[in-house]
Amino acid sequence: MDWDVIVANLPLLWRGLGTSLRLTAIAIALSFPLGCLIAIGRLSHRAWLSGFCAGFVNVLRSNPLILILFWFYFLMPIIIGRGINDLGSLIVTFMVFFSAYFAEIVRSGIQSVGTRQMQAGLSSGLTHAQTMRHIIMPQAIRAMLPALTTQCIIVFQGTTVAYIIGYDELLHSASMAAERTVRPVELYLTVAVIYFLVCYAGSLVARQFEKRTYS
Amino acid sequence: MKYEFSWGMLLGAPYLEWIIDGIVTTFHLALISWVLAFAIGVLVGVCRVTQSRVLRFIGTAYVELFRNIPLLVQLFLWLYVVPQLLPEKFSFWWNRLEYVPYWTAVIGISFYTASRVAEQIRSAVMAIPDGQFKAALSTGLRPVQMYRYVIVPYAARIMIPAITSEFLTIFKNTSLALTIGVMEITATTRKIEAWSFKGIEAYTVASLTYVATTVGVILFMNWLERRYQIPGLIQRGKEGL
Repeated sequence: MDWDVIVANLPLLWRGLGTSLRLTAIAIALSFPLGCLIAIGRLSHRAWLSGFCAGFVNVLRSNPLILILFWFYFLMPIIIGRGINDLGSLIVTFMVFFSAYFAEIVRSGIQSVGTRQMQAGLSSGLTHAQTMRHIIMPQAIRAMLPALTTQCIIVFQGTTVAYIIGYDELLHSASMAAERTVRPVELYLTVAVIYFLVCYAGSLVARQFEKRTYS
Repeated sequence: MKYEFSWGMLLGAPYLEWIIDGIVTTFHLALISWVLAFAIGVLVGVCRVTQSRVLRFIGTAYVELFRNIPLLVQLFLWLYVVPQLLPEKFSFWWNRLEYVPYWTAVIGISFYTASRVAEQIRSAVMAIPDGQFKAALSTGLRPVQMYRYVIVPYAARIMIPAITSEFLTIFKNTSLALTIGVMEITATTRKIEAWSFKGIEAYTVASLTYVATTVGVILFMNWLERRYQIPGLIQRGKEGL
């Protein structure tokens, strides 16, 4: 082991981690609201709407993230008529892909609350939207928190596919450094440790939420 | 939006052959990895529910380690790091194998998925009511018999939906093998796009492969679940995926 290589490249990896975390944050900020909308659409009484949302979720969930990335990488320039940068297609991909997973979590969270709460809300004179907002959602979000946290970790792990199109996140920075210094062992091990620490910390948070939910 | 479709192209040489090769590679990569992942996962999962604290610690450490490192990073570790850390004689032999990237992908994907399978096994065993264990022991069964005749048949049925989704996950995760040079279906369609600039047609083939397999696996597992269900014991979920 050559520790000097690791120390010399730490600033680079640190920047890479920053990029990965920013990507994760943007991806969650866009895909979670979209996922909520799709979940609500899926629970709708209008057959065309719930059918469309179910189709959207199922098609996306049966395709791998890389393939969706390739789709958008290729399609975006055709759709909008001009070239798009790497970051743009990454963000669109993450937003669409992870919204399907968030939608499933939100849907099962809402369903876990039970129809009686809805009936009680409606019969006390609240509208459907008010019941959702004040009675169902507060309980649903609490039930969803562990799964949502786990999903955020998965999003963070998923940002590694940016490596494939050469976007400079943590894994790609490390692989560039590994190539330049010809020390792949040190650099990949360091990167693995960094990913492990971030994800493990996230899983501890998820476990805390789980304890609180079931106590 | 200007794009000319040419679906017929996919049926001509050399694309048709590539596509078939790609689909076949995806399938046997997924199946071999699945068999290994399931075997390792059962071992680790059993470790996590034993009485022995040492075994439980080993099981937990395995799950935490493999679950918290992205699969792509794990593939790089198996490809670039592990052979360097092993004895020279072994890495010499390993690097001269014909399909190093392929076997690296098999190892990487199965060790990663095993951690998820282990979790499913643990939660299935934990989901069995305590009374079942006590009842089995008090009818005079030995612990091994209790597991053989009561717990495992019970847990296996509880696990079916989770195991289905794990298999579909492994199937999708084989696409990550393209980063280390395995020509499975996603890599193949990427190559077709690069050669012909017909991205929509190419990626449609890959997407259809994944969607069709997903639907097929779900139908098969639903049938399996119905075929072996114990009446009144397990309520079937209504979701498709």
